[in-house]
Amino acid sequence: MKALLIGEYRQGKLLDTTYELKAFADRLGTDSVMLLVGSDADLPKYDGRLYLADAAKYGEYNPDLHKQLVLQAVERENPDCIVFVHSSYGWDLAPRVAVALKAGQVSEIVALNEGAYEVNACNAKLRRTVTPKSGRCVLTIQAGAFSPSGEPQGTPQLERLELSGTVSAIEFVGYEAAEQKGVDLSKAEVIVSAGRGVGKKDNVPVIAALASALGGELGASRPVVDAGWVDHSHQVGTTGQTVSPKLYVACGISGAIQHLAGMKKADFIVAINKDKDAPIGEIADVLVVADVMQFVPAFTAKCAR
Amino acid sequence: MKILVCIKQVPDMESRFRPNGEKTWYDEGDLAFRMNEYDEYAVEQAVQLKEQLGGEPEITVLSIGPDRTVEAIKKALAMGGDRAVHIRDDRYYQKDPWQIASMIASYAKGEGFDLIFTGMQSQDRGSAQVGVIVAELLGIACATTLVGFSYDGGTITAKRELEGGIKGVAKLKLPALVTCQLGLNTPRYPTLPNIMKAKKKEIASLTPAELSGEAELTATAAIYPPAKKGGGLVLEGEIGIQVDRLMGILKEKTAVLR
Ligand SMILES: Cc1cc2nc3c(=O)[nH]c(=O)nc-3n(C[C@H](O)[C@H](O)[C@H](O)COP(=O)(O)OP(=O)(O)OC[C@H]3O[C@@H](n4cnc5c(N)ncnc54)[C@H](O)[C@@H]3O)c2cc1C
Ligand SMILES: Nc1ncnc2c1ncn2[C@@H]1O[C@H](COP(=O)(O)O)[C@@H](O)[C@H]1O
Repeated sequence: MKALLIGEYRQGKLLDTTYELKAFADRLGTDSVMLLVGSDADLPKYDGRLYLADAAKYGEYNPDLHKQLVLQAVERENPDCIVFVHSSYGWDLAPRVAVALKAGQVSEIVALNEGAYEVNACNAKLRRTVTPKSGRCVLTIQAGAFSPSGEPQGTPQLERLELSGTVSAIEFVGYEAAEQKGVDLSKAEVIVSAGRGVGKKDNVPVIAALASALGGELGASRPVVDAGWVDHSHQVGTTGQTVSPKLYVACGISGAIQHLAGMKKADFIVAINKDKDAPIGEIADVLVVADVMQFVPAFTAKCAR
Repeated sequence: MKILVCIKQVPDMESRFRPNGEKTWYDEGDLAFRMNEYDEYAVEQAVQLKEQLGGEPEITVLSIGPDRTVEAIKKALAMGGDRAVHIRDDRYYQKDPWQIASMIASYAKGEGFDLIFTGMQSQDRGSAQVGVIVAELLGIACATTLVGFSYDGGTITAKRELEGGIKGVAKLKLPALVTCQLGLNTPRYPTLPNIMKAKKKEIASLTPAELSGEAELTATAAIYPPAKKGGGLVLEGEIGIQVDRLMGILKEKTAVLR
């Protein structure tokens, strides 16, 4: 078996998630080659063939051109699978490659199960095993699900890729920095976060009161931020802040992977949720099954005493 | 301008899920269904664009699913869609993203849509594939994960959300398809008069047989609840007792309460 691994490069830098692709190939027990639209200045440590296309020429985000580059490498290598990280780059590009090859795609693989690919369904309340029915397949792996064991090593054997034309339906304009961080949650020892389960904006102060009773900061899940209940600078998760407090209290948060990615390194996790099956229960040290608006005020009162 | 919005009806994620008899999907009994959260942003963006253009664009809402799907379609019409196409398919859940997208593309092909909105992913399957595949099959420009959308004279400026809160801005010309991310806008609640008006809007019904029937490229081998990794302590029961127990645990296990 052979896998073509599609590395990632952004704002002039190789992304570390690229190494998770190699870890996945190792777990599959397959040979691999890699492709990167990047630059000589920041090459991955990799023991194998690396197809390199110049990001200065083909853009960091240009799915039309990147698709053509991937197809060239597919032609040369004839891989059994083409593997992406399930990221804003990967989920955008992978289906385009899959359609061009008429290959089945399995999205956001979290584990391997006797040769079949395991993915989540319904906010991780169910798992599915999926098998490709096409000879060749496209795979995307969940960020963080396949961690490299040990330091990456090796010097890649470079093969340059070029395209004859560079006409594309998309024009990349540039990046916009993340919003200014009003609060830096990364240093907080205690974070008490409000999720959609708090019900409405007027209830947020109840959660904030617990945060201050514990001498901590207020965090939030994304829907709470999107709805304007809490400022974006408090958002925890893949598109917010990554935190590692001594204590994290998740109030009315279901535990979607994008939220967990931002807080699972907390030393101690308490979740308050009325749903005993909420996926947050999988990583919480303590799951309090209760209505958040009943439990939190009672607990805050106790702390204050 | 002709706009298409693809919506899916999905179960409320707070439900309890169990596998169906054939172990290929979840059992639908006891579940409450609603419009896929991501698709609400797609409908809203379409309606906002229609408003921006003085009501000229016509918005078609499309959904593939069983009879219950009509409820989600009606909501989209009450939010401002003009007409709808319901592809009635009781076995839709057996179809992989490639097949679902092929059905949508085969319907859209003859219709000449200038702009298609989809959600970035469905909450139950979450493949994040259907929108992109439709665009590729139709050969139109596509950008995913939009948290910002603006339109001016045939060009879309798309703000894509990247990891860590950074955004990537890209421009694409119509015809195009965009997939909508949470927070793109604030989806409106249908008002009572609009719900009444929506009742009079056309919902055309098609069967899968009238559209291209592609074979599956991936199949679900099994579906099952995740293995419990042990997890932590679960505190149930009376609030006062829960409060005392949590207090005790935090005092013992963490340094934050003394
Ligand atoms: C690309 C991408 C990036 C994302 N980035 C982030 C991110 O950075 N951060 C983030 O948080 N999310 C992010 N998300 C969204 C994420 O997938 C989830 O939608 C989100 O985390 C859900 O937030 P929630 O748990 O507050 O809401 P829900 O999932 O709606 O959960 C609400 C929970 O509250 C419980 N509840 C309801 N009422 C009560 C009550 N009265 N008492 C107690 N419990 C109650 C429910 O049982 C449920 O478990 C991202 C999604 C995508 C696709
Ligand atoms: N059965 C369906 N009917 C209509 N649109 C769908 C259907 N399934 C998926 N979609 C659209 O495709 C998007 C991505 O879905 P998915 O690829 O399943 O994650 C959704 O947000 C919808 O806009």
